[in-house]
Amino acid sequence: MSWMTNALKPIGLVWFANFLTSSIGKKLLMSLSGLFLILFLPVHLIGNLQLLTKDAGVSFNLYSYFMTHNPLIKTVSYLLYFSIILHTIQGLLLWRKNKMAKGKIGYAVSALRGDGTNVKAAANMAWLGIIIFVFIAVHMYQFWLQMKLGKVPMVIIEGTEYKNLYEPVVLAFSNPGFVLFYVVSMIIIGIHLNHGFQSSFQTLGLNHKKYTPFIKYIGRVYAFIVPFGFAIIPIIVYGRNNLWW
Amino acid sequence: MKLTLKIWRQPSQNVKGKFETYSLDNVSEHMSFLEMLDVLNEKLSFEQKVPIAFEHDCREGICGTCSLVINGQPHGPLQGTTTCQLHMRNFKDGETIVIEPYRASAFPVLKDLSVDRGALDRIIQAGGFISVSTGQAQDANAIPIEKDVASHAFDAATCIGCGACVAACPNSSAMLFTSAKVAHLALLPQGKVEAQKRVLNMVRQMDLENFGNCSNITACEAECPKGISVSNIALMNREFLSASFSSNDAN
Repeated sequence: MSWMTNALKPIGLVWFANFLTSSIGKKLLMSLSGLFLILFLPVHLIGNLQLLTKDAGVSFNLYSYFMTHNPLIKTVSYLLYFSIILHTIQGLLLWRKNKMAKGKIGYAVSALRGDGTNVKAAANMAWLGIIIFVFIAVHMYQFWLQMKLGKVPMVIIEGTEYKNLYEPVVLAFSNPGFVLFYVVSMIIIGIHLNHGFQSSFQTLGLNHKKYTPFIKYIGRVYAFIVPFGFAIIPIIVYGRNNLWW
Repeated sequence: MKLTLKIWRQPSQNVKGKFETYSLDNVSEHMSFLEMLDVLNEKLSFEQKVPIAFEHDCREGICGTCSLVINGQPHGPLQGTTTCQLHMRNFKDGETIVIEPYRASAFPVLKDLSVDRGALDRIIQAGGFISVSTGQAQDANAIPIEKDVASHAFDAATCIGCGACVAACPNSSAMLFTSAKVAHLALLPQGKVEAQKRVLNMVRQMDLENFGNCSNITACEAECPKGISVSNIALMNREFLSASFSSNDAN
C-alpha cells in the first residue's frame, strides 16, 4: 500500500503510513474497528428490544425516530459505516495475504490445535465475516435503506406523524425463512465474536496475567448474550404473529 | 513394529513433488523418529534409490534444525518435543504415518522434507541481537534483574527458531518466533537500549519475508516444541506500537 505512504508523505507522516501498512498496524485497524462494532451491538440490541413492548410499535417507532434524528447519533453512525467497511475490506485483504503466505500446497493431513480460544472460529474468521457481511447487506437494504428513502408507511403517535418502521419489521419476522436466516446469522456472529472479542485485546497488546482470563470470560459471555438477544426477538415476534403465545 | 510411511518427495525447489509410500519392518520403538528415517534411508541406499532429504543436527532438542510435519503436526504428536526427541513408541504397530515438509511461501521446499528457513535468520539479522563494545564482560550480578523478569526473558529465549510456529499457523505467520526474540531482549536491561529500533526493524523484515498476519489462532503455541507463549506476541505488539509512535526514527 504505497499509495498511503505517498498520500501521507507531504504532511510528514511517512512513519504513520509505515505503521498502518505493517502487519501489526493492519491488525490494529481490525482490532479497533472490531471493538467499535462490539460497542455498537448492545446499543442496537437495546433498541431492538423495543419491538417486544406490547404497544403496537409506539416505543419502537419513537426509538427509530430518535436514532435517525439525533445529531450525535447521526455523527457516530458515520463512524459505524466507516468501521464496517474498514473491517470488511481490511479483513479481505489480510485474508488474501494470509492465503498467499500459506502457499499453493496445503497439508495432506490437517490437525489444527490451539490453546485458549475457539481454534476453528479463529482460523475461519474471514468466512464467518463474509456471511455476516451478506447478512448486514440484506439487513441494511431491508430496514435501514427503506427507513432512509422513506418507503415506509406512516403512523400518528400523540398527534405527530412518524415513519412506521415497526410494520415492515414485523412483516419480515412473520416469514419463517427470514426468521431462520436471521437466527443462523446471529449464531455465526456469536462464533465470530467468540474469537474476535478476546483476539482484539491480544492484538492491541493488552495481555496480562491479571486481566486476560477475565477478558476471555467476558468475551464468551458477550458472544453468547448479545447474539442470543438479537435472535430471540424475531422468534418471539413470529410466535406472537402465529398466536403461539 | 511395522510402519507404512507416506513421505513427500520433491527432487528440487522448482520441480513438482508428490507423496511416495514406503513400508518399513522391524522398527524398534526405542528409535527416535529421525533414526527411523535413517534406517529407511539405509534401506533406500541399499536398493540404489535416492535417500530422503531431511534436516537434523544436534538430535537433542536444542538446535532447532529438525522439522517435519508428522500426521499434520509440526514435530509430531507429542507436545513440547522436537522431531529428534520424538520416539517411535508414540506410534502404533501397523500405523500409516504421513510426513510432509513445513508449508509456507516463506519456507520454499529445497528437497523432499528440507525447507529453506533463511527468512528467520534474516529477521534475527535485522535486530535480534544487542550491540556491545568488546572488552571484558562485567560481572553478571552487577546488573540487578528481578527473578520473574529473568524467567520470562529466559522462557522467550528458549525459542530454538525451528519454525514450527510458521508451519502450524494457517496464515504462515512468524509472529511467535519474532515476538520471542523481541521479548527475550526487550525484557533485559542489556536489550532495552536498542528495544525500539529492534522491534521496528525485525517486524519490518518479517513483513518483507512474506509471512502472513497473526489471527491469534494460537496453533503456534500449541505446536511449539518449547511452549513459547502467545503472550509474547502481545508484548511485541505493545513494543511495536510504542516504538512506532515514539522512536527517533522519522520513518
